[in-house]
Order: sequence, then C-alpha cells, then structure tokens
Amino acid sequence: MDFALSEEQKQVQELITQFIAKDYPFDVREKLVKSEDGFSKEYWKTFGEFGLLAMPFPEGDGGFNGGPVDLMVILEAFGTGLIVEPYIPNIVLAGNLISKLGSDDQKKEILPKLFSGELQMSFAFTEPQSRFDVNDVTTSAKLEGDNYIIDGYKAVVMNGPASDKFIVSCRTSGSQLDEDGISLLIVDKDSKGLSSRDYSNVDGSKASEVTLENVSVPKSNLIGEEGKAFKTISQVIDLATLAISAEAVGIMQKMNELTLEYTKTREQFGQTLSKFQALQHRMVDTFMVHEQTKSLLLMAAAKMNDNAPDSSKAVSALKFQIGSAAKLIGEESIQLHGGMGVTEEMSIGHYFKRLTTIRTIFGNSDYHLKRYSSL
Amino acid sequence: MNLSFSPEDLKFQEEVRTFLEKNYPADVKRKMDNGIPLEREDHLKWQKVLSKKGWFAINWPEEHGGTGWSITQKHIFQNELAAFNTPNIVPFGVSMCGPVIYTFGTEEQKERFLPAIRDNDVWWCQGYSEPGSGSDLASLKTKAEKKGDKYIVNGTKTWTTMAQHADWIFCLVRTDSSGIKQEGISFLLIDMKSPGVEVKPIITIDGSHEVNMVYLDNVEVPAENLIGEEGAGWSIAKFLLAHERTGIGGIPHLKREIKRLREIADELPLNDGFLKDDNLFMDKLNKLEIDLLSAEFTELRTLAAMSAGGHPGPESSILKIGGTDLQQALSELFVEALGYYAHPFMSESDLASNEKRIGPDFAATVMPHYLNFRKVSIYGGSNEVQRNVIAKAVLGL
Ligand SMILES: Cc1cc2nc3c(=O)[nH]c(=O)nc-3n(C[C@H](O)[C@H](O)[C@H](O)COP(=O)(O)OP(=O)(O)OC[C@H]3O[C@@H](n4cnc5c(N)ncnc54)[C@H](O)[C@@H]3O)c2cc1C
Ligand SMILES: Cc1cc2nc3c(=O)[nH]c(=O)nc-3n(C[C@H](O)[C@H](O)[C@H](O)COP(=O)(O)OP(=O)(O)OC[C@H]3O[C@@H](n4cnc5c(N)ncnc54)[C@H](O)[C@@H]3O)c2cc1C
Repeated sequence: MDFALSEEQKQVQELITQFIAKDYPFDVREKLVKSEDGFSKEYWKTFGEFGLLAMPFPEGDGGFNGGPVDLMVILEAFGTGLIVEPYIPNIVLAGNLISKLGSDDQKKEILPKLFSGELQMSFAFTEPQSRFDVNDVTTSAKLEGDNYIIDGYKAVVMNGPASDKFIVSCRTSGSQLDEDGISLLIVDKDSKGLSSRDYSNVDGSKASEVTLENVSVPKSNLIGEEGKAFKTISQVIDLATLAISAEAVGIMQKMNELTLEYTKTREQFGQTLSKFQALQHRMVDTFMVHEQTKSLLLMAAAKMNDNAPDSSKAVSALKFQIGSAAKLIGEESIQLHGGMGVTEEMSIGHYFKRLTTIRTIFGNSDYHLKRYSSL
Repeated sequence: MNLSFSPEDLKFQEEVRTFLEKNYPADVKRKMDNGIPLEREDHLKWQKVLSKKGWFAINWPEEHGGTGWSITQKHIFQNELAAFNTPNIVPFGVSMCGPVIYTFGTEEQKERFLPAIRDNDVWWCQGYSEPGSGSDLASLKTKAEKKGDKYIVNGTKTWTTMAQHADWIFCLVRTDSSGIKQEGISFLLIDMKSPGVEVKPIITIDGSHEVNMVYLDNVEVPAENLIGEEGAGWSIAKFLLAHERTGIGGIPHLKREIKRLREIADELPLNDGFLKDDNLFMDKLNKLEIDLLSAEFTELRTLAAMSAGGHPGPESSILKIGGTDLQQALSELFVEALGYYAHPFMSESDLASNEKRIGPDFAATVMPHYLNFRKVSIYGGSNEVQRNVIAKAVLGL
C-alpha cells in the first residue's frame, strides 16, 4: 500500500503550481474570464507544450500513458489556481471518447490537434430534461444514404462557445431512456442547421445551448459502433467525475487556506477572528472534511487506475461526498469572511462559485447517492 | 389558546386581497414575477400605494400614522403582501429610523422627519458598519466633532445598502473617545446631499450593486440632527437591532417561495416525468416546510409576547437565526431543482432587457439569489454574533 505520487507526478504538480504562482494570479484569471474567449488560448497551447493535454492517453494515440491518477494530479493542482481553461470538456470528455472509440482516421485527424491545443471541442450530452442521466437522449440521428440527419437540442454544453467541433450524443434507435441505441457523432460547429446560443456561467466558464435542425453529417463522423455508445459514455463520464472532483478538492484546500489566513489577520473585539473558539471549531471541521474527501478521491482514482469492478461505485461515493463537502467548505469560508466574503473583489467568492457549480456537474449528491445504492 | 382567525380577521384578509388586486402596480408586478431587478422608482411607486392607503408604517403608534392593527392583522397583511409577490419594503426608513425617531427624538424631530418617512418622500440608508468595525460595531471610528452648532463628521461607512438611492443616512458616530467605547457613540442623521459625502459601489458575488462605501469627508451636520443625547447612540442602536432582527426572518416570503417551488416541481420535466417524481428532492422540500412552520409559530409567539407589552428583546435573535437558515436552505433547493440550468449567468442588464432567458423562465435569478443570500447570515449582526447574544442575554452565560 502506497499513497505516494511518482516522481513524474510530483513534477507535474510542481509545474502547475509554479505556473499558477507566476502566470496565473487571481487578477490575471479575472481578466481572462472577462475576455471575449473567456480563457487564454495562449495558455492552452502552453499546457500543450507542457504535455498536460496528451498526458492521460495511451502512447499509441500520441499520449503519455497517464491514467486516472495523473488526471487527478493535474486537476487538483488546477483547482488551487481556479484555472478556467477548458480541460475537462476538451481532454477528459472529447479526447477520451475519440481515444476509446474512434477509428484510426478519426484519431489521426483529431488527437494531434487536440493535444497541441489547436483544436477546441466539447461533448454535447445533456438535454433540458435529462439532468444527470446520460442515457436520457431525445436528440435523434437517422441514416439517410451516406449521411446522418440530426435533430434535437443540447443544453448547457460546456466549452460550446470556443468549440470547433462537437461530439453529440444521439438516439439512433430505441426510446428516450434506453441504454441501447445511443450513438456519438462528430458535428462541426459551422454545420448547416446547427445554431448555438453562447453565454457565461456563474463560475466563469462558458457554455452554449445547441439547436440541431436537419443537420447532415457524413456517416464517417460516427464514433464507434452505431447504437452502442452508452457504456463508453458512462466510463468517460466517470473519468470526468473523478477529474472534476479532484478540481474540487484543490479548491477546498485553497479555500481553507485563504480562510485560515483571513481569520488570522482580521481583528474584531481586540483580537483576531482566529482566536474565537466558535470559529476555531468550524475551521477544524472544514479541515477534517477536506482530508476525508481527499481520501475518497485517492481511493476512487486508485480503483479507476486498476480498472476495479467497483470503480463506478467508488466514483459515486466520491461525488456524493464532494457535494456535501463543497457545501460545507464553500459556505463556511464565505461566512467566516463576513461581508468581504460576498464581494466580487476577493478571490474567495470566485472559488465558492466554482465549487458550487461542481456540486451539480456530472451529478449532485442525491443523484450519486441513488447511483451508489443501485450499483 | 386559540390560533384560528376570527370572522373579523377573515374579513380583513378579504379587504387586503381586494386592495392588492386593484392597486398593486402592474409594471412593478411584471418585474417581480419575471425576476427583473427593480429601480429606485419601482420601489417608491409600490410603497406610495401603501402609504396613500395608510398601510405603510403599520407598526408605528397611531398618533404618528400607524394602523393600530392587532398582531393577527399584521400577520395577515404580511402574508398577503408576500402571496402577491410584492417587493420587500425597504426597511431603513420605516422600520429602523422611524421607530428610533418616535422613541428617542424631540417633538421637533418627530414633526420634521416622520411624515416624510411615512409618506415615502425620503429614502433612508443605514450607516453603521465600517471597514474595521463589523461585528465589533462599538469600535467604530467615524468621528463627529462639535463646532458651534454643527458637527464635523469624518470617516468611512461600508456595506451601506442602497446608499446610491438614499436621500438621508442615519449614522453611528463617535463623539467621545475617552471612556468605554460604547459610551462615546451618538446617533446622527446626515443629508446625503451634504458636501463631503461620496458613495462608491461594492459589487457582490451575484454581480449586483446593492451595497456601497460611503465616505464622509469634513461633512457639516447641524447639531439638531442628533437623536437623543450625545453618547446615547449605542443604546439606540441596540433598540434598533432588536427591531431589525424580527422582520429579517422573511417568513411570509418563504411561504410563498415554498409554494412556488412545489408548483415548479410539478411542471419541471425530469426524464420522462417531472421533478416531483424525485423522492429525495421532495423529502427535502417537505422537511423545509416543517422547519418553516416551526419558525412561523416561533415568530407569532414573539409577536404575541410583544403585543402584550414591551419591545422585542434578545429573543428576536432566535428568529433571525432560524429565518435566515431557512432562507438559505430554500435558495439552495431552488438551485438543486434546476440542475445544470442553475449555471448560466445573466447580468442585471440582461435580465432587464427582453432577451430570452436560458433554460426555464424562472432559472435566471436562482443562482444569483443563492449567492446573494449568503449575506443574510452575515448582516444585521451575523449568526455567530446572534448566538453570542442568546448565550449572554438569554441563557445568562
Ligand atoms: C466512558 C469514558 C471513559 C473514560 N476513560 C478514561 C481513561 O481511560 N483515562 C482517563 O484519564 N480519562 C478517561 N475518561 C475521562 C475523560 O477523559 C474526561 O471525561 C474528559 O477529559 C472530559 O472531562 P470531564 O468529564 O471532566 O468534562 P469537562 O471537562 O467538565 O467537560 C464538559 C463539557 O465541556 C466541554 N469543554 C470542556 N472544556 C472545553 C473547552 N475549553 N472548549 C470547549 N468545550 C469544552 C467538553 O467537551 C464537554 O462537552 C473517560 C471518560 C468517559 C466518559
Ligand atoms: C449585503 C450586505 C448588506 C449590508 N447592509 C448594511 C447596511 O445597510 N448598513 C450597515 O451598517 N451595515 C450593513 N452590512 C454590514 C453587516 O452588518 C456586517 O457585514 C456584519 O456586521 C459583519 O461584519 P463584517 O462583515 O465586518 O464581518 P466580521 O465582523 O469581520 O466577521 C467575520 C466573521 O467572524 C465572525 N465573528 C466576529 N466576531 C465573532 C465573535 N465574537 N464570535 C464568533 N464569531 C465572530 C462573524 O460572525 C463572521 O462570520 C451589510 C452587509 C452585507 C454583507
């Protein structure tokens, strides 16, 4: 039994930590969030040069053979700096779907550009009614001659605005909730019949509502076998759930640090806030919860690394815990900052907003509790 | 003990309903129902409807324009206002400064200030907190020096809600720094148009402009604007804080919002059914409703005790903690109801424009509301400070 990271993993962690310290202070992040793109395409290419974008892929795909543990290392470090560049939509979701299911031609065309940071992608899998169930798909695709004709609507598509291409989950057979009959199609952003409404989310990320009306794509844009994508989608969503949980754990660590620091400097009633026992206990609780959540993160990452049969269950345990830990640490951090905690000016509120959206993304606590019970 | 409404009460309820149906301005209602931020004029338009009817300063003594209603009538009235989704009454004049003036002011001050508050001709804001003095309010430093028949005021107030709209500010200022810190504080009314008053916005995490810094630089204030004696400011402030803590629970509003969330759950599509099919979600909604009943009847007990004599005391801290916990829990449940659609952000100007909303119609204000409502456990004396008050003043620790 060994919880230690490898030398390479420590180096990656160090690299990101230094990048944040040098190039990604909070005011820089704020400027990026407010910019047209909402993130830095230049930094995105830098991540490509660092090798971070190709990290969690097999060598055969041009990757560095990294696994879930490497992914965890990257995202946890990203969380501490509140990095807004769209790693999860591009790399964890789109990249993995192509890597796991794509044809050689698709891989050759897409992966190198994805890894270098030239190409932006996203996975359009949620619909207004589907909430967290990836099997709930009403967007339809029908084969007509050599083309699929797609009709439907995808909601809150992460990284939609920057994307050159979408991977769209479509129903090619069966009824709304069937696991069978779900297919993945690559759709160019500028396809005829595709329209998107782009917007910002409260956490600084960007997303789109995507309407598909009679969109025609060549049959060769099908990823994997027709109607058989559900299993891989689930695996990839599990991986993304692990990744976003790691980001959350990084954010929790940072919020605890910021709060501790703040209470040690802010004085009321002639003493620092940190001297009030009522607050000390609360900070002890948030400290403990961060550690306990990190334990589940390591457990889930290790199980996924080993392809353990209960790894999905472990991911649901983790995300259930993320939901409640994020609530506790997020809300307590704001409370202990008093009025300053609710200002746009301080970073703590921005960590809070991202931590809050993570509670929902890929399933909230209720959803994962039910899933845990059912697995 | 009898907790039901009498026939007269029911008649009164009917009267209030009829009045609101006829007189609640349609444009203000449209904004409220669609989550469009209100402007200064919207608040005033609505509040003037009430003041014209004589239903604005409902808690004031009748001699100053109060209603003389029983607590049951007040309870009914508040519930109807909330049920019609009317804007919250801006409390600084009518619920804070007014009671201070009719309790501690001179006859002259009462005549000068009370009618304008009752008739909604003057907008007030509250200048207590300072950058260095939040929970430890008594440490405040804004200085008022008496020079002849004037005070010269210097200092910085912060978190001043809606100061950008205000005509006047009631301030706690330091007139003496020699003794115990509480004893050197005075209660002073300042015209916001005075030279040397400057207001700067503070933007909060929901993206809204609600609070401000107020800089006071050599502001000259006539000595007759002092309420009570010099040095009486702290006891006035304590009187007022207790007042502030009763209304702050927002229970009638919560009742309406729970009802609304139920309606949403009935209609919001989830898979091939509706949100109401999600048992875990509905359990939480029902638990919240039980907590709300407990808060509502705690408030009624406090009000009944008040009407039997005396002012709200430290017990009002219970209402503040209980009510704000509920407000926050409900704002969170709305976020959960929406799933991913809680995340898109629309600025105040997006909301005011006719641009189509993203996701369900009610979605746009849900997350901002959750974020904004972190404040309710912080302002009006934080919930930690309220617990300290209960420990000390109620439990005698
Ligand atoms: C089942 C059992 C087995 C035990 N076994 C052993 C043993 O093997 N060896 C041994 O030496 N002792 C043992 N103890 C004694 C135990 O260590 C003491 O009960 C404990 O230290 C608390 O002291 P107390 O009971 O005097 O409570 P008190 O110290 O009087 O505390 C009463 C309450 O006040 C709280 N409190 C006290 N100080 C503070 C503070 N500064 N801040 C916040 N809260 C505070 C406590 O948490 C507690 O809730 C045992 C006790 C029990 C109940
Ligand atoms: C949106 C908003 C609107 C406001 N509107 C107004 C207004 O109109 N006018 C006005 O004057 N003020 C207003 N306030 C200010 C509000 O009253 C203060 O924010 C509040 O008193 C807390 O002070 P602080 O922010 O300085 O926090 P601090 O006092 O610095 O407190 C920070 C944290 O420490 C805790 N703490 C402090 N002391 C203790 C203690 N002894 N024991 C345990 N815990 C403690 C607090 O509870 C809090 O969690 C507003 C604030 C907000 C956020």
